[in-house]
Amino acid sequence: MAKKSKKRNRPSSVPRLQPERPVKAAGPAPAPRLDQHRCEQFLQHEAHLLDEGKFDEWLALFTPEAWYWVPSEPDQRDPFETVSLIYDDRRLLETRVRRLASPRMYSQEPRSRTSRIVSNVTVEGTLSLPTFLREQVADGKDCVVRSKFMMIEYRRGQQRLFGGTMVHGLVHNSGRIFINWKRVYLVNCDAPLDGITVPF
Amino acid sequence: MQSTEHIASLVQEARVHRRLYTDPTIFELELERIFDAAWIYVGHESQVKNPGDYFCTFIGRKPVVLVRDAAGNVRVIHNQCAHRGSLVVANDKGNAQEFMCCYHGWTYHLDGQLKAVPLQHGYPPDFDPSSPKTAMVQVARVRSYRGFVFASEASDGPSLEDFLGYMTTSFDDMIDRAPDGEIAVAGGIFKHAYNGNWKLYLENLCDAAHPLFTHRSSIDAAQQQSDQVYSDGSGEIAIRQMRQNGAPYSFWEAQVGIWTYPNGHSYLGDYHDDSKLVAALKDPVFRDYVTALEKKKGGDEAQRILEVRRWNTNIYPNLSFMSQFQQLRVVHPIAVNRTVVHTYNFRLKGAPEQMFRNTISFANTVNGTGSLVLTDDLEIYNRIGMGLSSEGAEWIEIGRGLRSDLPESHGGRRGQNSTSEIYIRNMLQAWLTYMTRYRADMRAAS
Repeated sequence: MAKKSKKRNRPSSVPRLQPERPVKAAGPAPAPRLDQHRCEQFLQHEAHLLDEGKFDEWLALFTPEAWYWVPSEPDQRDPFETVSLIYDDRRLLETRVRRLASPRMYSQEPRSRTSRIVSNVTVEGTLSLPTFLREQVADGKDCVVRSKFMMIEYRRGQQRLFGGTMVHGLVHNSGRIFINWKRVYLVNCDAPLDGITVPF
Repeated sequence: MQSTEHIASLVQEARVHRRLYTDPTIFELELERIFDAAWIYVGHESQVKNPGDYFCTFIGRKPVVLVRDAAGNVRVIHNQCAHRGSLVVANDKGNAQEFMCCYHGWTYHLDGQLKAVPLQHGYPPDFDPSSPKTAMVQVARVRSYRGFVFASEASDGPSLEDFLGYMTTSFDDMIDRAPDGEIAVAGGIFKHAYNGNWKLYLENLCDAAHPLFTHRSSIDAAQQQSDQVYSDGSGEIAIRQMRQNGAPYSFWEAQVGIWTYPNGHSYLGDYHDDSKLVAALKDPVFRDYVTALEKKKGGDEAQRILEVRRWNTNIYPNLSFMSQFQQLRVVHPIAVNRTVVHTYNFRLKGAPEQMFRNTISFANTVNGTGSLVLTDDLEIYNRIGMGLSSEGAEWIEIGRGLRSDLPESHGGRRGQNSTSEIYIRNMLQAWLTYMTRYRADMRAAS
């Protein structure tokens, strides 16, 4: 029982509906700060893995408690009180990636082909984040990286264009970079959309 | 124009002609004879709580505004200026003291009545700002069943209570589960789309025979998932539901039932009892919820409420909802081969806060545009759209369970078990009635 309450600790401890405001990251400074060039290289590597359909390798970029979030509203504050196009904790993200490898994933028969461009990469010094995210990054371990992306998806005679803003919470560990959390704002997140099967 | 005899020949006891899903002229007739005749779900009163609150939606393809007027009455008005026809209300929802057309400034009260017109002296002498001809037109009939608002373009016809019949008990189930006896729309809207006919959607929602095939990839992926991996609770709920979809046929044939009632309505039942629910009986959140329910309703009543086991309830032609996870889906026909579905969540007043978070996690799983489950359903609707275009078989089979269906009280019939296609046959019988008994004078003069 204690285990279960621990698992639910994060969502239930989220302070609700407080206004967003920029705050300085508090606590000890991260050891060697990731510079923009390294972040750009990392994001392009991630985009490459996704375009190549190397989802297992993509999953390996995430930390053990990572989450991946595509909100359904432009100003959505958290993934707990409002529905999301995708909100995966680490366990569900693993299930998602395992399904992507299934020959019986009919919504990927035939497979999509995607091509992404990631640009306008900035390492955020001052954080303008929802309350629950501020709590997470306040210890200064996460490097918050903002970028713009466009993704063309082609499947079975139809081509779709997605675009928006990505915010990555990156951590630096033993010379490697990991994704601690990733939030993808689609510009058309509240439009009627056909099914989304390939992660952004 | 399709003759009544021809339309009647398209639906038979155990099969239906493919044209119902592919013919644009039939689609146009459906808008007129079904969506302009039946009671169409437009929204919930909690979406327009205060005077001036409005919410834009559609009756068939017609844009309408659900609004609470200054006197507190819920209205449904056509979103069209009486002058040159422009859409008046442009935002999806909001609060307004009046509605003003941005073309020539015609301004309307919240009930659609004309309030002011610039340059009024220039109109002909018989111009009357108090005439219905200069108002935003109200939908002929608007009624609410315990907060669920329906509208009908037909000025006469069965009352909403007669239309819903025994299915009012499914709405009661949804509301009764709130310890405070009140529910409210919350948590945003999913809007998903597919290239297929609108009828396919409700025809799938009570289909107990498809999960094992269609959802195979998510069932396998969930069954292989280690529970040791970190979850904040969201993934846990999703994975439990996906595993449940993998229940063997013996489960669907022995423990799940399908019930149908007049006017095309139906529900899938006896599926998840609360011991299989997300939070499950042993979960502290669910125990808190049961305690809250017992405190407000008494032990016997709480037990009665929790033993109502309905999964999806379909209200023909455009609504489906599910009380155990407080989900509601509205089907919007766009074209014969294009459909948009909006899904909503409800908050149970008086229930623990975590209950609503479970509702959201469940919604992401079964209704999410990027869900591991729904995406395969959308694929099926697309494939039916494409498959029917091959014009191979002329008829679609809907005969499963036909010889074993059983009569039921309240004018209903049920399948011997949940894999009967009785609910599809029942919807198509309603379709036939609307499409062949149509009279032009049933519509409100407009």
